[in-house]
Amino acid sequence: MIRLFDFDLSGNCYKVRLLLAFLGLEYEKTNIDYYPGRQHRTDAFLRINPLGQLPVIEDGDYRLRDAQAILVYLAHKYDHGGNWYPTDNPDLIGEISQWLAFADQLTTTASAARLESAMFFELDGDAARAGAHKLFRILDAHLWFREDAGADWICSADEPTIADIACFPYVALSEEGGVSREDYPAIRRWLDRVKRIPGFCVMPGVFPAGPAV
Amino acid sequence: MANQWYPLASVEETAVGRVHRTRLFGEPIAYAKDTAGTLTAWRCTGSQQPGSDPSTALPVIARYGYIWATIGTPDGDIFPIPEYGEADRRNVAAGTIGVQVSAQRAVENFLDMGHFPFVHTGILGQEPHTEVKEYNVAVSQDGREILATECLFYQPMASTVSTSGADVEYTYRVPHPTCSVLYKSSPLDEKRLDVIAIFCQPTGHETLRGHMMLSILDDVNTDDFIRNFQLHIFGQDKPILENQFPKRLPLEPRAETPIRADKTSIVYRRWLSQHGVTYGVIPASEQVNTP
Ligand SMILES: N[C@@H](CCC(=O)N[C@@H](CS)C(=O)NCC(=O)O)C(=O)O
Ligand SMILES: [Fe+2]
Repeated sequence: MIRLFDFDLSGNCYKVRLLLAFLGLEYEKTNIDYYPGRQHRTDAFLRINPLGQLPVIEDGDYRLRDAQAILVYLAHKYDHGGNWYPTDNPDLIGEISQWLAFADQLTTTASAARLESAMFFELDGDAARAGAHKLFRILDAHLWFREDAGADWICSADEPTIADIACFPYVALSEEGGVSREDYPAIRRWLDRVKRIPGFCVMPGVFPAGPAV
Repeated sequence: MANQWYPLASVEETAVGRVHRTRLFGEPIAYAKDTAGTLTAWRCTGSQQPGSDPSTALPVIARYGYIWATIGTPDGDIFPIPEYGEADRRNVAAGTIGVQVSAQRAVENFLDMGHFPFVHTGILGQEPHTEVKEYNVAVSQDGREILATECLFYQPMASTVSTSGADVEYTYRVPHPTCSVLYKSSPLDEKRLDVIAIFCQPTGHETLRGHMMLSILDDVNTDDFIRNFQLHIFGQDKPILENQFPKRLPLEPRAETPIRADKTSIVYRRWLSQHGVTYGVIPASEQVNTP
């Protein structure tokens, strides 16, 4: 059975929970009290991940850290239809990797802003918000052009990929960090499309899609 | 309002020997805990060391797992929660979350059962069990406290030790302008009640730190599981609170639709008015009458 070292309010852990839900995979959770307990800094957890970061998974004897790496692994191993992480097209693999890296930049900006305003982490909230807006403008323009070309998802595929999953949490939670999505209409429409993917699950701070229009 | 005690942080989560900064009524405040466990709090006027300038010192006490301070002169101790002293209870300081809305909005939401099925779906409520049945609300004779009793609600997972859904009876107390304590039937012992409190620290007119405290009967789960359960619930409330408009609580009786302003909420708003509360609210007299 897959084990996820998880913290409920973590958007990075939510990425993994989302893919597991879309794939319908059963798994066990070990709760790491990231806040307020700071359990990710304990010796016991540092032996599991020396970076002191969540999420981590274990699949049998195999252990893996980093949300993006975990998405790649799980999709490749368990998504037999192959739509979440298609590996037959070099261009598409490159594109997905590019947006996975973008998702990690959302962690250092939009997520940092949320940690500062909701959990009082000692971070520069204004710099984090400015950084998030810079990324949101790029994502919004990208999604606008994708829609203009008749496409729904971040990467050049007909179906959503793990790039959509990786970018979703910290965009959807951005308002908790004071990053409004008012100026990003294409982002708002994309968030709604992700929420309508069969199997979608929520976390505190993320709501299900409204009634279909 | 200034002459009340306000929570600043969990005693346990406060790192020893460091100066921590926060705000109370918009004013920068610092607090610290030394190696002996002694707590200090003071107004930030530039001095960084705990106790270095006695003229800025604030009264400070520890209650219910939290550090409390005041910028005024309280006429006594913090309101009592007698259950906290019972030997077999799990007393857990469940964590502090920042919310961008007034403290009174957070208290009002805490008092409202109507949102359970929609916001805490599958835990504190479940459609179609959406009805808030008739209950009682009264202000205590000395005017110090609001009490809402016999609040019945169907809950799929009322507590950390629930194994099935149940009709749960709630009692709510509002003994402080920005704090509320609720009592609900314990799944473990039908004669006793679990206690959950929210202590709000008004950091600004439209911002708060919500400190959660549980004093419950739970002989199986770890503290961090209990904390996580409560954080999950408060995490669901946070975006709802932050989307409220106006961000301050309007005290004008007809200011909002009757659905939101249910019975307890009407009494709470009136009680705040009678106590002359002006911080974090829109006082009744200031509201413009719309035709
Ligand atoms: N690149 C990592 C970042 C993960 C991350 O930042 N996790 C947060 C929780 S959401 C964490 O554990 N932070 C602790 C730290 O960075 O010290 C990933 O995507 O998994
Ligand atoms: Fe709630």
